Amino acid sequence: MENLTFDLAQTKVSALNSYLHRQSGESGGQKITVINPDGAHNIAVGLDSPVEVEVIGHAGYYAGGMNKTGKVIIKGSAGTGVGENMMSGVVHVQGFASNGAGASAHGGLLIIDGDAGLRCGISLKGGDIVVGGSVGSFSAFMAQAGRMVICGDAGDALGDSLYEAVLYVKGNIKSLGADAQIEALTDADISALTDLLQQSGLNHDPKSFKKVASRRELYHWNADANQEY
Amino acid sequence: MDAKTTQHTKHLSLEESYGYDRKTLDYIRKAAAHGLYEIRGMGAKRKLPNFDDLVFLGASMSRYALEGYREKCATKTILGTRFAKKPIELDIPITVAGMSFGALSANVKEALGRAASEVGTSTTTGDGGMTPEERQSSKTLVYQCLPSRYGFNPDDVRRADAIEVVIGQGAKPGGGGMLLGQKVSARVAGMRTLPAGVDQRSACRHPDWTGPDDLAIKIQELREMTDWEKPIYVKVGATRTFNDVKLAVHSGADVIVVDGMQGGTAATQTCFIEHIGIPTLAALRQAVDALEDLDMKGKVQLIISGGIRSGPDVAKALAMGADAVAIGQGVMIALGCNGDTYCQKGKHISALDDYAALGTAPGFCHHCHTGQCPVGITTQDEILEQRLEPAVGAKHLKNYLKTLNMELTTIARACGKQNVHHLEKEDLVALTLESAAMAGVPLAGTSWIPGGSGIR
Repeated sequence: MENLTFDLAQTKVSALNSYLHRQSGESGGQKITVINPDGAHNIAVGLDSPVEVEVIGHAGYYAGGMNKTGKVIIKGSAGTGVGENMMSGVVHVQGFASNGAGASAHGGLLIIDGDAGLRCGISLKGGDIVVGGSVGSFSAFMAQAGRMVICGDAGDALGDSLYEAVLYVKGNIKSLGADAQIEALTDADISALTDLLQQSGLNHDPKSFKKVASRRELYHWNADANQEY
Repeated sequence: MDAKTTQHTKHLSLEESYGYDRKTLDYIRKAAAHGLYEIRGMGAKRKLPNFDDLVFLGASMSRYALEGYREKCATKTILGTRFAKKPIELDIPITVAGMSFGALSANVKEALGRAASEVGTSTTTGDGGMTPEERQSSKTLVYQCLPSRYGFNPDDVRRADAIEVVIGQGAKPGGGGMLLGQKVSARVAGMRTLPAGVDQRSACRHPDWTGPDDLAIKIQELREMTDWEKPIYVKVGATRTFNDVKLAVHSGADVIVVDGMQGGTAATQTCFIEHIGIPTLAALRQAVDALEDLDMKGKVQLIISGGIRSGPDVAKALAMGADAVAIGQGVMIALGCNGDTYCQKGKHISALDDYAALGTAPGFCHHCHTGQCPVGITTQDEILEQRLEPAVGAKHLKNYLKTLNMELTTIARACGKQNVHHLEKEDLVALTLESAAMAGVPLAGTSWIPGGSGIR
């Protein structure tokens, strides 16, 4: 396995990204280490091959954004929009994540060991997000598909205007958003939770989670419901 | 009442109120009956100052006209020269505005691509992602990145020729997309990851950035994604256009698209369409002022849209400082929107009954939101969509775009320009006080620009 190091104190993010974009499936298994990220934005965006990128330190906005089949490990914290619009692969933040983590992700797995900020999993479209800590307000806003596991607490308006995405929360939920409701865990939920927790290396009892899903009352216009259109 | 008194009062007793005219009475009754606002398609219907209120000062003694049929007049248009390694090169400065698959049928999207490619211009995707039909048929395709991110896919980012980050549209600045359940077919729903048949109301804010400083980083992400090759457009609905354009420049846009309040929509609340946003004429002047203020005119290109219908409209937009225009509604009308008939295997078939079923008639129809388009354009219905044959639609649209371009060059030559981009504000005067003030050109026959210049 080839191992290459990019020092962002010496090299521009663009050079790193264009190198990563030139990798193909055939050179799969390659591991890239990024040192001195110093909060640089857009590290390892648009991966399109099963390359592994390890960032030693903190990343800025959109780290691992639009990832397809790659693996991005951030040994530090990540700024806004980490793993945004991911299609597949893995993005793992070993510290904390800022706002909009995993926004509109269509697939793949985003793991955040620490807490995530506001709007975690907003507009989620099929990806999985596992947060070891707590999430801020408006998380999973308009989430359409996919799953979110929150091992800590959730802020205000969790799951506002949810579609078909499903959320699992172990801690307290400050408030649910419009059209979100608590539902009983099914066997399928337990097995999904078990699998996601195991993939994320987290040790929690799946049965200790609450499930949040959509009431589906906002799916259609309804003049009589006095909905806040 | 005797006949004589009736005779004396017949107009008085049937005087219609200006404020409570019959349209307003209908509005109130409808609100009372349904408890829900009206949603419709198309753009603002109210009377607004527009490009018709401006005229050109052709060449005569002090300017040298060009021969209309012999001398060349260039129309080539290059967009995205600021940062992109591969700017967009178009043969004409008239582009097809972003309209979604979902709002329009796949047949229509294909027709748009075919016609645009034949005349050497670009088409644009819309909310809901890129269809293979439009990618294949479009030589130059602009891929929109919208707040909803429905169907947004890095592979399509890589397949696109330019990326347009949509902040808003002229029909509804501050509002997200809308697609009512009857148009959320299985294919549309699949592309947008939504349950089929839901009344889709898209997000109005982007999920992963807030404000111009964030947008600068988002734009950089899209550049990094595409190795700095593709131009990045930023589209705004016309509101505080002077400031918005400056902020878009600050955020690093290559091209700014400003969509005025006459811009169309496939479904939006009427109160939004008619009451939010400013006319295209005013927005265009503000946008050009902003670029000039930053010394960015010609470095960041400007596309104007919202009620551009004709060659003269295009010429006036260019003279005011736009680099190109984008057309949505005009394009649809060229395809047959609001026409009496649709064309099937060379035969014209009346659509009047289908308009009547919607409670409307050709010339008035704004029922795009219903998905029951009588001429098969704004529909996902398997039977209705057959009414627009891509080859026929493409031919009509090609003719329309060619006509606009011929009119544009005719006007440019009359003003003595060898290149349509040499048209300038000095070539224009206004016919009304309103248009003079909004466009910042003098009232015809005077040197008076009401409101002065630089009024925001």
